[in-house]
Amino acid sequence: MATVAVPRRQAVAHTQGEEEGPQIAGVVAYIALVLVAIIMFVPFLWSITTSLKTNPEAAQFPPTLLPRVLTFDAYQRVLTGAPFFRWFANSALVAGLVVLFRGLFCTMAGYAFARMKFPGRDALFMLVLATMMVPATVLFVPRYIVVLNLGLVNSLNAMWVPFMVDAFGVFLMRQFFQSIPYELEEAARIDGASRIRMFWQVIVPLALPAVATLCIVAFQGSWNNFLDALIFISGSNRDIFTLPLGLAQFQNFYYTDWPVVMAMAVLTTIPIAVVYLFFQRYWVEGVTHTAVKG
Amino acid sequence: MAKWVPSGELDFDLRPRTGAASGGAFTRESDSVVAVTIAAPARRAGSLSGAAREDMFVGYLFVLPTLLILGTFLIWPIIQTFWMSLYNWDLLSQERTFRGLQNYRLLIDDSDFWLALRNTVYYSVGVVPTQTILALLVALAANQRIRGRTFFRSAYYFPSISSSIVVALLFMWILQGGGLADWLLSLTGVTPPRPAWLSNPNGILELLVQPLGWSLPEWAIGPSIALLSVMMLNIWSTIGSMMIIFLAGLQDIPRDVYEAASVDGANSRQAFWSITLPLLRPVTLFVVIVGVIGTFQVFDQIWMMTKGTAGTTTMVYKIYSESFGGGFRAGSAAAMTAVLFAIIFVVTMLQLRFFGRREA
Repeated sequence: MATVAVPRRQAVAHTQGEEEGPQIAGVVAYIALVLVAIIMFVPFLWSITTSLKTNPEAAQFPPTLLPRVLTFDAYQRVLTGAPFFRWFANSALVAGLVVLFRGLFCTMAGYAFARMKFPGRDALFMLVLATMMVPATVLFVPRYIVVLNLGLVNSLNAMWVPFMVDAFGVFLMRQFFQSIPYELEEAARIDGASRIRMFWQVIVPLALPAVATLCIVAFQGSWNNFLDALIFISGSNRDIFTLPLGLAQFQNFYYTDWPVVMAMAVLTTIPIAVVYLFFQRYWVEGVTHTAVKG
Repeated sequence: MAKWVPSGELDFDLRPRTGAASGGAFTRESDSVVAVTIAAPARRAGSLSGAAREDMFVGYLFVLPTLLILGTFLIWPIIQTFWMSLYNWDLLSQERTFRGLQNYRLLIDDSDFWLALRNTVYYSVGVVPTQTILALLVALAANQRIRGRTFFRSAYYFPSISSSIVVALLFMWILQGGGLADWLLSLTGVTPPRPAWLSNPNGILELLVQPLGWSLPEWAIGPSIALLSVMMLNIWSTIGSMMIIFLAGLQDIPRDVYEAASVDGANSRQAFWSITLPLLRPVTLFVVIVGVIGTFQVFDQIWMMTKGTAGTTTMVYKIYSESFGGGFRAGSAAAMTAVLFAIIFVVTMLQLRFFGRREA
């Protein structure tokens, strides 16, 4: 589906401060924006340049931004000193499965809650909604027991099975399906399509932009999930670590070796930065959706 | 097969078209079509029970995975929390002994627990208002029609998408003794804190009254420099996502409201206080509630940067150290979890009550 157009919000964006002193307001805003951008970017920038420095230079005071001697030595040491590609593959696999199942299950549930009638539907939806209010992070102790009883502890499965569904995704998809006109489904029904066929052939293609939003949120959550990795898989051998856990452990070994630590941090950030660049629009929609329209 | 093409990006307000585009036009065409429309309800009425039965079956089928996963990994653990908090269990053995409310009773005397709670409150009270106000200011600036607006938004949001571990690492580097923060501070003539930021347990209130020769009781020394450092990191990394939410809220305010106000002679400051801010109230409420819930759950940064030392133990970190982080007292950790749940619930309800009601 290559039809997604300009972000709606920007299209209808209005600005303030045009009526009175637009130039002054504009200049002040601009300076503020640049300053904040520097504050936001400098730590990342510095991490990249530090990763390209030699060890003594990285430890210098005052710190220098640009390396005097450019070296890729730190990257080489990351790739030889840690099973980086292994961790990368683990993270990618787990995130891929989370995205796949969450996209599928949340879409199915969202559609059922929006369009199908079955006894107890509204009560069940309220239940799902209620779980959105629960600070899930805090649940790691009882969650560990469930994961342990299912035999998932110290296996990569612990990093995707519990995360195949989240309430926010179901909520998002239900909102979306409620906005689709009934005519489309009625037409399909008159054509004799079953619900399931209708779902795959009519509904899912329509829902792809919303599914993309859902998947991005799922990807980010999985890629950056540290606490659950610490609880569920840190007791295993490090070959099944995911990137955040690997990075944290790596830092424990190399804590004064900043070029190596920063090189690892940069390598960990690149994939999510790439995804962000390509799918920014959906990402922003995911953040704002519940807040403004929910 | 007609494909629905979204008019805008994720435009959720596609309403059913009314009038001639829908069924109404059929009947006027010819007799045969009339016959069809008359016949159609009858046929649909007949098949409706079949469709309804299918809906029921497929409906349950479609929500089953969701209920199964949420039930197993979210709802059941919530129930387990309360049940486990009544037991003694070391997480490793099979043996669990019933203790009744003893775990809760012991929390009252546990000074580390109160310290964790106090630190969490400091954290929340320090971070949430600051990040909310800064995010609003940045959103107002980014809402101006200026060049590079999209770039700025993307730049600000970037820390929010990065891994908490990466962000923690960046700040560990910045805040190390003789690091970037120390250097910047020394440029302004201020002596950098010793011990360095993340290992400095001195309370900021204590430091403030020290020149007067006063000393404060242990519970009143305020957040430590180390905790303050983690709070700064949190503000830095969350502003972006809060800003995006504010921006969406700002752009949902209809333009004509401002036009009407300027016709009435309101200047932009008046417009901000009497239009923008009141209309943003629901969005602000959301940002604050999400902020509070988020700060009550802070863990990754603490684990990574200080391991709870130098006065940085927060509630979730305390729950961690009580269980997996070496304590192996699952019952006690569960009791803390239950208390934290209750606190978050009550705080959220209070916010909804006091700030939510006056909207609309």
